[in-house]
Amino acid sequence: MTELLERPQLAPIQPATIEKVSIVISKGSLEGIYPGLIMANGARMEGIEADLFFTFFGLDAIRKDRQAGIKVATVGNPGLHMPTVLGALPGFSALATRMMQRQMEKLDIPPIPEFVELVADSGAGLYACKASVDMFGLTIDDFVPQVRDIISVGEFYGLAGGGQIIFT
Amino acid sequence: MTTLAVDVDAEGFLTDPNEWSEELANEIAAENGIAELTPRHWLVVRFMRDRYLATGTAPTIRSLGKESGVAVKELYELFPKGPAKLAAKIGGIPKPKGCI
Repeated sequence: MTELLERPQLAPIQPATIEKVSIVISKGSLEGIYPGLIMANGARMEGIEADLFFTFFGLDAIRKDRQAGIKVATVGNPGLHMPTVLGALPGFSALATRMMQRQMEKLDIPPIPEFVELVADSGAGLYACKASVDMFGLTIDDFVPQVRDIISVGEFYGLAGGGQIIFT
Repeated sequence: MTTLAVDVDAEGFLTDPNEWSEELANEIAAENGIAELTPRHWLVVRFMRDRYLATGTAPTIRSLGKESGVAVKELYELFPKGPAKLAAKIGGIPKPKGCI
């Protein structure tokens, strides 16, 4: 006699959504800083929680004395498709930076100081990496007021709990 | 669910901005966790809608914060789940496509 077995049921699959991101900005060039800011802003625009952790030269993005002077890296940057010796000419990096900034302004992408403020106002947490801060001999006073704190990598992982970490 | 019959896309944005009404805006807001649209909400919603109808694109969060009369901080207090996206939805225009 045949016995019908109960039909196995698949557990309903919930579409995975991202609820929280922690973004590390580790580079100090224009093209090294913007992607992290754009991703953080984009996350907040989708209602996703976002924190930014600035480390090594990425700290320049939140340093009062440097954030307005961030430049495109024109040496050793194959993406520019020009000889490295050209990129090394005096004033070349400033020129490339101006060109890129003009292009971004057209797209309503703010300059770095304004962008940092925008991202902070949108509710993202801004943090400086303690090891880098110590290495460069900085204090919290060296940073723009939007920076919430100087934290260790351990504290960063604590903050990042339950979310995704993006390294840029 | 809305009780008013309008066409929406998969994410609940109106497919035809002309089908929008203030009554509908209130309903969409309620469905999206905003119990009552205050005059501050309306300021943002109208700015988004007017800008879209005039230019064919929704404003970026940057121009929303600079030109709508509501600063970025307050925008996120009014629309915690994303001001641009939600104000567009409530204002009956398509979801903003830009990255900024």
